[in-house]
Order: sequence, then C-alpha cells, then structure tokens
Amino acid sequence: MFTASDLRKGLKIQIDGAPYKITHFEFSKPGKGQSLYRCKLRNMINGNQQSQTYRSNEKFEKPDLSERKMQYLYNEGDEYHFMDTENYEQTFITKDQLGDNIQFLQDNMELDVLFFEDRPIDVTLPIFVNLVVTIAAPWAKGDTTGNDTKPVTVESGYELQVPPFVVEGDKIQIDTRTGEYVTRVKE
Amino acid sequence: MLDLKGLQFRAAFFQAVRSFFADQNFLEVDTPIRQPLVIPEQNISHIPSAGHFLQSSPELYMKRLLAGGCEQIYQICRCFRQGECGRLHLEEFSMLEWYRRDADYKDLMCDCEALILFLQRELPGHCFPFDSARACEYLTVEDAFARYSSMSVQKALEQDLFDQLLVENIEPHLGKNCPTFLYDYPLELASLAREKEGQPEVAERFELYVSGVELANGFSELTDPVIQRSRFAEEYANMGMLHPSQAKMPEKFLASLTTLREAAGIAMGLDRLFMLFLGEDQLDRVVSFSAEELDM
Repeated sequence: MFTASDLRKGLKIQIDGAPYKITHFEFSKPGKGQSLYRCKLRNMINGNQQSQTYRSNEKFEKPDLSERKMQYLYNEGDEYHFMDTENYEQTFITKDQLGDNIQFLQDNMELDVLFFEDRPIDVTLPIFVNLVVTIAAPWAKGDTTGNDTKPVTVESGYELQVPPFVVEGDKIQIDTRTGEYVTRVKE
Repeated sequence: MLDLKGLQFRAAFFQAVRSFFADQNFLEVDTPIRQPLVIPEQNISHIPSAGHFLQSSPELYMKRLLAGGCEQIYQICRCFRQGECGRLHLEEFSMLEWYRRDADYKDLMCDCEALILFLQRELPGHCFPFDSARACEYLTVEDAFARYSSMSVQKALEQDLFDQLLVENIEPHLGKNCPTFLYDYPLELASLAREKEGQPEVAERFELYVSGVELANGFSELTDPVIQRSRFAEEYANMGMLHPSQAKMPEKFLASLTTLREAAGIAMGLDRLFMLFLGEDQLDRVVSFSAEELDM
C-alpha cells in the first residue's frame, strides 16, 4: 500500500483495478489548509490521461507489475508472439497494444515486456535497431534542389528521412525512441 | 545548492529585510525553537524533538512578548512542518514574523507593500515580477470564489472543497499583474484571528499572493482568552484529541492575552519571497542546501 505522502512523479499506483503512472505531481497546501496531492495520471493499459487531487488520508494499492526479457517470434494476424527467454513460456501481444513499436520489430529480437498481473501491457525496444532499406530513390548526382535528406522505406515498411547517399540494400541504424536515422551500418 | 552569487544575494536580501524593520524601530527577537506544546492546528504536523516539538511558528511566544510590553517586534527563524515537501514547500524553512500592538490586519497589508517596495529599491538586479508594489489588488475570499470558482465560498465549505478550489481554481489568478491581498477569511479557517466587526462570519485574516505564490498570512489578533480557549478546544476536537491529557491548553499564552488589547501579526515565508526576488520558481533552488543535498 502507498499513502498520499508516497505520491511523486513516476510512481505507479492501482486505481479501480488498473495500473496508473503519475506523470505530473505537485504538493499543495494553502495557508492553514489541508495538504493536497495533485496528480496527472496515465492509465498504463489504454493510455488515457486524467487529473486527480488526493488528500492525506488516502491509500493506494501497489499494482502487480513485472518486466520480463522476451524474444519476438512471429505474428499471426494481429497477434504478435513472444517467448520468455528464461522459462520459454510463450505469450502474444496485440497489434494495438504494440502501436508504433511494430515498425521496429525484428524476428528473434530480444526486448523487455511489461506485465500487469499476468497480462502483457507494454514493450520496451532496444534503443537502436538495424534495418535494411528496401525502397530508395537513386541519388541524383549534381542535385541542386538543396535537399539534404530523402525518404526511404525499410524492410518493416517504416518510412523515414535519410541522407542522400543511402541506397537500396543498405543496412541503417534507427533510434527507436525518436524513429530517426542514426548511421549507415557496414557489414 | 546556491552558488556564490546566489549566497551573496540571499545574504543581501536577509540584510535588507532586517534594515526595513530596524528602520521602523521594530525590535528583533528570538524565541525557543523547541517547544513543549504545539499550537493546536489540525493541518500541521510537528516534528518531535526529545520530548519537545520543533516549532511550526514562533507565534505564541511572540504574542507573549507583545503582551509583556513590546510595541513592535519581528523575528527571522527556522520553522519545521513534517511532510510538507514540494515546489513551494520545505520541511525546514525560513519564516519572517512581525507583530504590532494597537494595529489591525490593514496595517499589516501596508507593511507588506512597504517591505516589497523597500526590497525592490535595496536589491538592484532583482527579479521581482512587478515594477512597483504600490498598486495592489484587494479581493475578499467571498468575491474570489464568486469570480473564479464553480461554487460560492459557503458551498465550498459545506462540501469540504474550500482548499481544493482555492488551490486549483483561484490561486493561479492571484498576484498575476500585481500583488493580491486575499482577505476576510471564513471564521472557521482562522482560529487565532479576531472576527470582523459587523460581519461575524468572517475573520480579519488575509493572505498575500504574488504570481500565484502564497507569501504571507496575517491577521488581527484574537485577544479574548475565553474565545481563544474555545477555538483551541474546537481544533483539538477536530483532531480527535478530546481527553484533557491530550488537549493541553497553552495556559501562559491564554493568560497573557488579557494584557493585549489590540494587536496584529503576520507570518511570511521568507524563502518564497526570496525565490521571487531571485527569479526562480522552486524553493529547493534558493536555499543553500536542498532536501536532496542534505547528505553529509
């Protein structure tokens, strides 16, 4: 159990059976008045945001959250299958839950999966992934348009801007936090 | 941690505050920081100290000095309030309190204006948000609720939403373009203040706000020992402390009130005022060591 005085930015608490993360926190206490614990909270399952003000006497359950190292295996429609690298247990995460992360998933990739009770709710990708460029317009030498980037598509179907010298078949490194090009990878 | 420039500015600021009061013949006093008894106030948690408590305010001792014959006194001291940590709260902080005989809360509002004006003059390069403190806003609590909140002050009190509406809907508007005096608080929120003549539902209490930051709480002192005793008893009852062994009365303080006809006193959060002069927006940036830096 947490009490109101434990509340702070980053703390995870359980409200009505769902895990919430405190994204913003402020302690307030008007002169001679009560302590007020003002929170902005994000539902860790559906991402909904809400504001709540708590008082000193309130208590909060600690959500049962755990992180496991898992390996991505394959997808079957909207179900993406992962395997626990310690006990080889398999589970799947839906396409909706993965969101934009899908664009950087690679077969056999190891990543951290966050579980609420026994349910996977989120994944944390490696910071950098290497993907092969599948579609790229050729670099026209003497291009005077002044553009210093051009769009390419990588094997997962993700599109991004890269420097003009990147060509089809190149392997490039992408920062999964920003989705941006980092460097060309030499094999 | 404050850098050398910050420390020098803090020293100059404290020096200027002392000059302001010395110039007006206020007597600087100091009173015990460890107190055997705490002021019964339901929303303040005291830090115990070997059978005593660290003061949350020097209020009762200072009023006894006033009752003992002092005309006008001030003190800069450390106060302690358990569990109050945040952008605008430190568990240990600097308090400025001053008291005047034969004065009421309006005199204290004038003092506040004069103090801010004086500090602005004395501290070149300061970041206090307004050019001049002369043009202040005066707003009653009732009007503030009518103007900025979804319900009247009476409704807010009935529904136990006074503090929350004040913090969330009202305070952000206070002291925006000039310092704001929020005044005439509901009587039940001012256990040591005198009720207003002809308006018994409110107390002569005010708070000063600058840029949404509450800086000071002042009032015309309640000097009737009988009423004061019953107000303390009410506070104890609200805290669930009903037995006489728990609900100890500060008898010497109550007795001293009989010699105090009219008086007014105010407590100002000095770190907060300094924060505004330094142009910062959180207290842990304006003290020599913040709570995170306490490790020795």
